[in-house]
Amino acid sequence: MEIKTTGVAGTLESSDIQVMLSKGDNGIEINLDSEVKKLYGDQIEAVIKTTLTHFGLTDAKVKAVDKGALDCVIKARTLAAAQRSTKTTDKPALEVL
Amino acid sequence: MSYVQDRLRRTMMFVPGNNPAMIKDAGIYGADSIMLDLEDSVSLPEKDAARLLVYEAIKTVDFGDSEVVVRVNGQDTPYYDEDVKAVVKAGVDVIRLPKTESAAMVHQLVNDVEAAEAEYGIEKGSIGVMAAIESAKGVMHAMEIAEATSLMMGLAVSGEDYTSDMHTKRYPDGQELLFARNMVLQAARAAGVYAFDTVFSNMNDTEGFYRETNYIHELGFDGKSLVNPRQIEMVNSVFNPSQADIEEAFNVQNAIAEARAKGSGVISMNGKMVDKPIVAKASRVLATAKASHLIDEEGNYLGK
Repeated sequence: MEIKTTGVAGTLESSDIQVMLSKGDNGIEINLDSEVKKLYGDQIEAVIKTTLTHFGLTDAKVKAVDKGALDCVIKARTLAAAQRSTKTTDKPALEVL
Repeated sequence: MSYVQDRLRRTMMFVPGNNPAMIKDAGIYGADSIMLDLEDSVSLPEKDAARLLVYEAIKTVDFGDSEVVVRVNGQDTPYYDEDVKAVVKAGVDVIRLPKTESAAMVHQLVNDVEAAEAEYGIEKGSIGVMAAIESAKGVMHAMEIAEATSLMMGLAVSGEDYTSDMHTKRYPDGQELLFARNMVLQAARAAGVYAFDTVFSNMNDTEGFYRETNYIHELGFDGKSLVNPRQIEMVNSVFNPSQADIEEAFNVQNAIAEARAKGSGVISMNGKMVDKPIVAKASRVLATAKASHLIDEEGNYLGK
């Protein structure tokens, strides 16, 4: 799977996470901004990484701004950003979730 | 979760499908049904993201004892097919079809649900459907819509779209919805399915909300659609039987038991004849009281 364009999903509202994906060439690089980064940063990054890997992306730059999102929200937003960046939104990749 | 045809459905709370904060908290308010919305509350560029969020939420969020309904996008939109597939796979209880105008549209939905059930290995018939009636055509076809499938859970009046279609708007006295409300209710009762009234969106008009809720309860609706969790208690207070209603219902039951014991065909209570409709009403009062935990298994009144 190849990133064709920058893809963004999610908002900066409470309980949401905004995920932005762009082209990368050095594996999955995550830049996370979260008030709970100390406690949950590793967990949030792991969820993002697993979701992208399941979707079939191996290289991507990820900018994520977390506002206290649950895992299910992180997964859904990451997948939405991934599908937008690969221009595959017409076929929801539910099997990834 | 799975679809149950008969249950308490006084309140159906609308939750925007692209709002994680509202979805996360939806289960704590005690709504009888939660309606996650993919249609009007989601902007066009967010349809894909909302669908994924709702899918993941149904699978992982605890909605308590609430029934989970999803309003998919209409059959005339490019989102409908994938909406149906996603919510079937997620295991929703009921799918709400917006802008329903004919039995054929319901048949289409049931076919699509069954195809998705087959694709994902889900037991056929484990998901109910409901129809939102939002146009003059829908109102005139309410009967055929209500009878379109054995999976029909109920009909809902949708006031905003309907009044627009009728070249009017919502008025405080509800005259503009008189015909639609009665048509939908009659059709639902004739077909043996549930009937839901439209939303009341002015949160500051408490008096108006109670007036409308009392009115639709008087007509015989099963419940009301809501946009704010604060309205749940308000609807319940109107729909729940009073202590006097419950006592009366028990008296009817006792009178029946007494008459049976005597071998008497005619049942009387306080000198008045108790006939079939009164018995049916009493049973309904007690079923509602039990379902809303106003009485315990032995019939003791627990209060509110």
